[in-house]
Amino acid sequence: MKALDPTQRETVNRIIAQHKDRPGPLLEVLHGVQDALGYVPADAVPLIADGLNLSRAEVHGVVTFYHHFRHAPPGRHVVQLCRAEACQSMGAEGLAAHAKKRLGVDFHQTTADGKFTLEPVFCLGNCACSPAAMIDGELYGRVTPERFDELVKEWEGRP
Amino acid sequence: MSVTIYVPRDASALSLGAESVAQALAREIEKRRLDATIVRNGSRGMFWLEPLVEVETGEGRIAYGPVKASDVPGLLDAGLLQGGAHALRLGPTEEIPYLRNQQRLTFARVGVIDPTSVASYVAHGGFQGLRNALSMTPEQIVQAVIDSGLRGRGGAAFPTGIKWKTVLEQKATQKYIACNADEGDSGTFSDRMLMEGDPLSLIEGMTIAGLAVGATQGYIYLRVEYPHAHRALKEAIAAAREARYLGRDILGSGRHFDIEVRLGAGAYVCGEETSMLESLEGRRGEVRVRPPLPAVKGLFGQPTVVNNVVTLGTVPTILHKGAKFYQDFGVGRSRGTLPIQLAGNIRRGGLVERAFGVTLRELLYDYGGGSATGRPIRAVQVGGPLGAYIPESQFDVKVDYEALAEIGALLGHGGIVAFDDTVNMARMARYAMEFCALESCGKCTPCRIGSTRGVEVIDRIIAGRERERNLRQLEKLCETMLHGSLCGLGGMTPYPVQSAMRHFPEDFRAPVK
Repeated sequence: MKALDPTQRETVNRIIAQHKDRPGPLLEVLHGVQDALGYVPADAVPLIADGLNLSRAEVHGVVTFYHHFRHAPPGRHVVQLCRAEACQSMGAEGLAAHAKKRLGVDFHQTTADGKFTLEPVFCLGNCACSPAAMIDGELYGRVTPERFDELVKEWEGRP
Repeated sequence: MSVTIYVPRDASALSLGAESVAQALAREIEKRRLDATIVRNGSRGMFWLEPLVEVETGEGRIAYGPVKASDVPGLLDAGLLQGGAHALRLGPTEEIPYLRNQQRLTFARVGVIDPTSVASYVAHGGFQGLRNALSMTPEQIVQAVIDSGLRGRGGAAFPTGIKWKTVLEQKATQKYIACNADEGDSGTFSDRMLMEGDPLSLIEGMTIAGLAVGATQGYIYLRVEYPHAHRALKEAIAAAREARYLGRDILGSGRHFDIEVRLGAGAYVCGEETSMLESLEGRRGEVRVRPPLPAVKGLFGQPTVVNNVVTLGTVPTILHKGAKFYQDFGVGRSRGTLPIQLAGNIRRGGLVERAFGVTLRELLYDYGGGSATGRPIRAVQVGGPLGAYIPESQFDVKVDYEALAEIGALLGHGGIVAFDDTVNMARMARYAMEFCALESCGKCTPCRIGSTRGVEVIDRIIAGRERERNLRQLEKLCETMLHGSLCGLGGMTPYPVQSAMRHFPEDFRAPVK
């Protein structure tokens, strides 16, 4: 893991300063760091621990408890496929198999060209329009394999 | 006079293209120099018709749907602004049978109003409950909620007023209202729809709760998977503060209450109330041992009301129309209405708010129209991943807390997921264990280890290895989890597993492929 560069370090410190006087600030800080850097770098952990007067173990424990926090930079776009029951009833398993094949990666992996990271998710609240997917926070419903391919094409062109 | 057109901003509607419909409409209105305004409302909850476009006419609101962006020029040519005839015209929205045959109290404004406009909210009865509450004593507010019979809509169904009474009776300098908006159950989306379609009702409900128990600070613990709800809540909180319904000196009463939204981070177990409090405090979402109850020692060690979004969003109706009005709906000990969510393999999925007592069969066929695939519905799971699977032979059960408990099922947060006859129930039982293993907080052994062993045992059953012995083993494992787990995650995962074994034994004895 490469060390934080000066800009990243500054970003992390700024986020800590923003939240440290609020009650129960750790999750807010971690969200801030991931939103800014795309993940929570291991080297941010000691900075956060110092800033919030917590032990490194405590911070590490929280980062690793929550599925949302990533430990490595994601691809340019994050594709989340719902794996929960409602989506399963409408073919989510087949869609997941198709998506893995189309992108050439498994869940939690990033495509070789760095364009997409594929993540499983358990419920996007779109259960009447299953199967559901989310790309960079945009929600999609009734995602067939054909629709998935269209979305990949569309998002490939986006910055 | 400018014509008002409604295009939903609800996440599900957006997932089906509502944004491009709204953009196409705006472009055409501009190009044709029409006098029309687009309002981004919530969803009416009829998702097979989304994106549902409505236009305000002399005869009320007329609905069109499902509308694609490419339909927009044709719709305008057909006289959309006057409610003109078109293949997509559905007639007056309120007359669509799915909607007409509902009893919308909590969802009365969802899909109707502009969600983040205080003026729109007030014009539809908003903040009347808060105004009434401001002239009542805390004891009177709590009594009204007790008398209404309202029970927690998150799933536990604990009487809301009793919980509030406990918090009111605590002596503390700081108390909190913590709203559980971590709607993680598959097949549920009523919290999301309410937060996106009528967020001010949640804000009003939390403020009333604050007045009732003496809390001045509220937190909404929102799941990170709901970015659209997050935006709507932030806009609504700012609008409510601006209009003095929230913050310091509410409506000049000298009373204070404010709300902050905190985001979860993708942990299902944080929907459990004590785990949610840990997470709000910035820690691992590990379940706390009760007692002490959160009502006595909750957020940051202070007395805390923890209620679900729909529960708090229902409070304004009770304070506005009275406890008796609300109590008159429902059956037995299940009073009021429930926003039921029809999901999964269902032709007409959506939100149905009805008084307790409607049957599963009515919901699945009269409202839902059967499966989406056209095949027979073989099983439904009610109440999320921890809810039991119910076979067709029990579809006449009434949807109320007690009736479902009698058949070994539970209502939970009111989500119903339908499966057609291609479902393999042994695989669904395996999934229940897999999900529990993935989401276990790890604090208690029956949940952490039991779920992993459960996956292994079911794998052996599916593979046909020592089936009878492993089926007995699975029963024993379920009993251990049921009785030995600290919270509902490990304690209720046996519900889907055991109900699948009970009602669909053939799937556990299928020939090995």
